[in-house]
Amino acid sequence: MIPEIGHFLLWLAMGVALVIGVVPMAGAARGRADWMALARPASYLLAALVTGASACLMASFLGNDFSVLYVASNSNSMLPTEYRIAGFWGGHEGSLLLWVQMLVIWMVAVGLFSRHLPREVLSRILAVMGLVSVGFLLFMLLTSNPFDRLFPPAPDGRDLNPLLQDPGMVAHPPMLYMGYVGFCVAFAFAIAALIGGNLDATWARWTRPWTTVAWMFLTIGIALGSSWAYYELGWGGWWFWDPVENASLMPWLLGTALIHSLAVTEKRGSFKNWTVLLAILAFSFSLLGTFLVRSGVLSSVHAFATDPRRGLFILAFLTIVIGSSFSLYAWRAPTVGLGARFALFSKETALLANNVLFMVAAGAVLLGTLYPLILDALGLGKISVGPPYFDSVFMPLMAPTFFLMGVGPMARWKETSVPDLAQRLRWALGVTVVAAIGTGWLAGSIHLVATCGLLMSFWIFSSVATDFWERVRPEGKGFAELRRRVGQIPRALAGMMVAHIGVAVFCFGVTMVKTYEVESDVKMAVGDSTTVSGYQFTFQGVKNVQGPNYEATRAQIEISKGGSKVSELHPEKRVYRVQQNPMTEAAIAPGFTKDLYVSMGEEVEGGAWIIRVYVKPFIDWIWGGCMLMALGGLMAVSDRRYRRKGGVAA
Amino acid sequence: MAKLTRLLAWLCLAFVVGTASANEAAPASADPVLEARMLHITAELRCLVCQNQTIADSHADLAIDLRQQVREMLQKGQTDQQILDYMTARYGDFVLYRPPVKSTTLLLWVGPGVMLVAGLVMLVLILRRRSRMPADKFDAEPDEEAVGKP
Amino acid sequence: MKYLRFLVPLIVFFGLVGFLFKGLFLDPKEVPSPLINKPAPAFSLALLDKPDTTFKRDDMLGKVWLLNVFASWCVACREEHPLLVEFSKSKMLPIYGLNYKDERMAGMKWLATFGNPYDASLFDHDGRVGIDYGVYGVPESFLIDAKGVIRYKQIGPFTVEAIETKLIPLVQQLKKEAGNG
Repeated sequence: MIPEIGHFLLWLAMGVALVIGVVPMAGAARGRADWMALARPASYLLAALVTGASACLMASFLGNDFSVLYVASNSNSMLPTEYRIAGFWGGHEGSLLLWVQMLVIWMVAVGLFSRHLPREVLSRILAVMGLVSVGFLLFMLLTSNPFDRLFPPAPDGRDLNPLLQDPGMVAHPPMLYMGYVGFCVAFAFAIAALIGGNLDATWARWTRPWTTVAWMFLTIGIALGSSWAYYELGWGGWWFWDPVENASLMPWLLGTALIHSLAVTEKRGSFKNWTVLLAILAFSFSLLGTFLVRSGVLSSVHAFATDPRRGLFILAFLTIVIGSSFSLYAWRAPTVGLGARFALFSKETALLANNVLFMVAAGAVLLGTLYPLILDALGLGKISVGPPYFDSVFMPLMAPTFFLMGVGPMARWKETSVPDLAQRLRWALGVTVVAAIGTGWLAGSIHLVATCGLLMSFWIFSSVATDFWERVRPEGKGFAELRRRVGQIPRALAGMMVAHIGVAVFCFGVTMVKTYEVESDVKMAVGDSTTVSGYQFTFQGVKNVQGPNYEATRAQIEISKGGSKVSELHPEKRVYRVQQNPMTEAAIAPGFTKDLYVSMGEEVEGGAWIIRVYVKPFIDWIWGGCMLMALGGLMAVSDRRYRRKGGVAA
Repeated sequence: MAKLTRLLAWLCLAFVVGTASANEAAPASADPVLEARMLHITAELRCLVCQNQTIADSHADLAIDLRQQVREMLQKGQTDQQILDYMTARYGDFVLYRPPVKSTTLLLWVGPGVMLVAGLVMLVLILRRRSRMPADKFDAEPDEEAVGKP
Repeated sequence: MKYLRFLVPLIVFFGLVGFLFKGLFLDPKEVPSPLINKPAPAFSLALLDKPDTTFKRDDMLGKVWLLNVFASWCVACREEHPLLVEFSKSKMLPIYGLNYKDERMAGMKWLATFGNPYDASLFDHDGRVGIDYGVYGVPESFLIDAKGVIRYKQIGPFTVEAIETKLIPLVQQLKKEAGNG
């Protein structure tokens, strides 16, 4: 019964979404207050219906209802509860429902935090979001119903993919989808502004916090996915330039450009066309990602089970949404004003250059991701484009953005003097060079590429420090003023600094681990040990372990440094009972300055095992940096001006 | 006699202790340098079975066979390029994760650079054009809100 | 003229959609063989049932023939095998099996159970000949002409459609070529 209720709720939701998509939009065009007034309450109703449907699906999972095909395919009676919850978004149909669930959550948020928005604007925004939800609901109802029944019901489920049975994977999709879907808000704001003709600084001020929050979630989502790959997949890597990873990176790059572009439009009224285009692009790439993962056009480890019919539907949806957005853009953008004037050397120019660089970077990732498809479609053969290509192309493209990250915040609006800028930054430059070379020397060897990475990283650290110092100690007023001035720094600014530091931390982590990582593959009998980077790893044997839904062979590795014990690790080789696939669980001793990583290879004669030992310096700085970026976003959003009662004055 | 026995006992103890102390584990492969080279080369190759892993990392039978094949070729003294050519001759360009530079991939390799240059040129042109426009084309100066720069 | 640049995103997008649409009908996992129209790699293997008898690629020069890669552990081979058995009855061309990464007894037993369409089977225990032929999944089949050049590769199991629309016409064409050559 419950699945049928869920299914019914989805149909009702579609009806309501259709109403939201049409009526308030028409109301805004015609000035019909009653039609526009429908938007908010209808959005709340839509949210209630979709949440109800989600609750039905969740109930089916928690209750082990294997008469529901989707539950039978993604769950099992022995599956621990938290993974039964995660099973909801473990497959294609449920993940679509998650998408729509996130969308209605954002719609409710927009409804709640929009007292300051003019009626027409709010109506158009919710209408656009409603139309997007119509597309997804229709997709689900016509081709991917999570509530399809299985007759006769399966005696037990096929189990959730063991790779997904992990806390990181529980949180990763919801965070990611909050991000993807959050860009729909910026998109809706953009479309509303293009339709209504009110593209201005105020519009930017409204849009900015929504975009920042969405970006924050996307950053966290990507970081979670990457760190999960690191500790779960047993290969020690954390980014493979897989098409689906790229599908999440591209909206992130465009979203980052969007945040920066919005800053300019808000502050100076400039770049309106760029900003609106970026808002459309960020969400378009989110949708494109949805297509790439589910259509089967690209081979990916993340891809859901494919069906060309589904691919066709998403492509049609994509064409309608993005096609009409770009058409609207082409029609309305020429009439948009230029905003305030700015000189050749100014903060505006720095940010505009930043826009260009991020867009080129996203374009390069898109080119590499789709190139195999393009060649194949043209009958020109089959190639693969993998990490060697992306690494060699992407890093150089992003390098100039690091330079700008140091220069931009220090530049002044409207006009800035280059000699003045150089003078203010000369200390930072000096520290950067010394620190980069010094770090290499301390680490034991200096390499060209590593030094470039360190230069980029330290450049940001020192330029942020310079910026901070300038603000809290102008004209040498003395340290008494210091505390007061620090408190005076607006949250938005502090958020920027923290986020940029996050980038520096990220870059440092990547550079250090790629350059100075040490690996050792050894054959270990009980009692054998190996020494890597000063740490002694001793193999103490294996034992068999029963997990809730798996059997494992668990090794015991003792780690000591300088004679005293530091840690004990238990890597495992698991076989999940239902799907019978073997999995390697690496064991990691994380640390601030390095991770100790151990995984099991094969058993060899005499009860010995092949053991892989890694010492990875500063690898956690990669995800630490991402978290700092997200924290910076949070700080920026909590800025006073977004919390003024009644919203921001126009 | 007792002294000799004691000496023997100590020797035995020393022998036992000597061999029972922690052994340094032997490298997993017979030739670690070769092995490292093999992994370096196979990290550039795509596993054709699972298709989303490198031959270095894949557990598929074919990947295991190919790693062994590469080891043997390295032992015979073949160069990295010869080994990559060997793989390409049998599996096509698809097996290379670093796409070869040929006429069909020219756009791929040159594309990002071209986009960058085009973007920067466009930037310069836009800035130039703006600087030549009369002041009335621009919006009036917005009032500076005292809420900080970004 | 000014307005044209605002159309760029739309135009690029439609181009992209075109490719994505085409892509829906392609299989990204299929790896076409670079050996088509190239000489079949030489090999010298023992027969599956007669370990002391060797069979060489050159033994087949002058004949159009089919090399079918199979294994007893291969599930998809069981789908294809009845079709091959049926096809072999027409005696249109010699069919040789390549028992890939298998055990002799298992391979022979499998043929005894499911039928033997082959003139003979070759035993490729360590899969080296398979690697030379670019085999990455089982079953696969290679159609080789009288000059020893690979003219067609069937990736995955044969279907009735593949046999009738691709294999048979090509075999007939190659035989005619061989007759004239």
